[in-house]
Amino acid sequence: MNVWIAIGATVLGCYAVKLAGLLVPAGALERPLVKRLAALLPVALLAALTAQQTFADGQTLVLDARAAGLAAAAVALMLRAPFLLVVAAAVLVTAGARAMGAG
Amino acid sequence: MRGVTDRTALEEAEIGGKADRAVVRDALGVGVAVGLSGFAFGVTSAGSGLTLLQTCALSLLVFTGASQFALVGALAAGGGPFTAAAGAFFLGVRNAFYGLRLSQLLALPRAVRPFAAQWVIDETAAVALAQPTRRAARLGFVVTGLTLYLLWNLTTLLGALGAEAIGDTDAWGLDAAGPAVFLALLAPMLKTATERAAAGLAVLLGLGLLPVLPAGVPVLLAALAAPAVLWADGRRRRQGVAR
Repeated sequence: MNVWIAIGATVLGCYAVKLAGLLVPAGALERPLVKRLAALLPVALLAALTAQQTFADGQTLVLDARAAGLAAAAVALMLRAPFLLVVAAAVLVTAGARAMGAG
Repeated sequence: MRGVTDRTALEEAEIGGKADRAVVRDALGVGVAVGLSGFAFGVTSAGSGLTLLQTCALSLLVFTGASQFALVGALAAGGGPFTAAAGAFFLGVRNAFYGLRLSQLLALPRAVRPFAAQWVIDETAAVALAQPTRRAARLGFVVTGLTLYLLWNLTTLLGALGAEAIGDTDAWGLDAAGPAVFLALLAPMLKTATERAAAGLAVLLGLGLLPVLPAGVPVLLAALAAPAVLWADGRRRRQGVAR
């Protein structure tokens, strides 16, 4: 049930912000500070999410095979690999590290 | 952007025919590449314990990838429904700013906007905003949106079915797909020292608060890195001016 509540809230919230952008009069959100904050917010969220989903196991911090996978994704990104290849590199290296016994 | 208003209708029609195919090709390329990553979402969502119906409902109704990954990640970590949804919501806020720019560029009739809104995401905005004319922008928006919507939902379904078929998704390293997607979305945003500072501070907050606060809350607090860095930036600039 909790999952459906979370899904419902996310559906409503995400649709509302999409529609708001199309409906509000131009200029309403055009103040420089608002624009800069809107651009920086996803940077902070994505960075925190990347770190947590790599190093968190419940509420404890761990260093396991996912870290190797993420390092592989970072290398792929630096080599300008396409999106799917970046994800594939992370998955394959994580699976490989686990097969060799790295948690 | 300037060209949208400066060209006459006749000129636009002449340029249109040739340019249409190029726009469609670009839009399809983006749509296919990103649409396929729905596999990663389907697998991650199913691996996080969501049912097939829940996973597909997210792709059909939320249709903004980063928010979907964030939601299933937060739920898998044991976050409450509203803290999990809040993280997803804040990630979706950027779409409002795409909508703002798109509504001027596409000049959509009011009645169409509620339907077009669902397609206002990173990829459609990127393709539409890169076009030189209104006609090309509309075409790019529609082709990218349609391709992505169909493929994202189809591959979500296949990914979720696949995850159920292979069982333990962690053994296949599939729990690394989520963070890799986030990193791939983040990397092109790290253009200046301001973005890198915000990202670094957010990582510290997100990991540092993780052991002491309920699941889902540390991510929301890590988002405060954005206003904090902007404030520090502004302060430094004012001091620079004063000197």
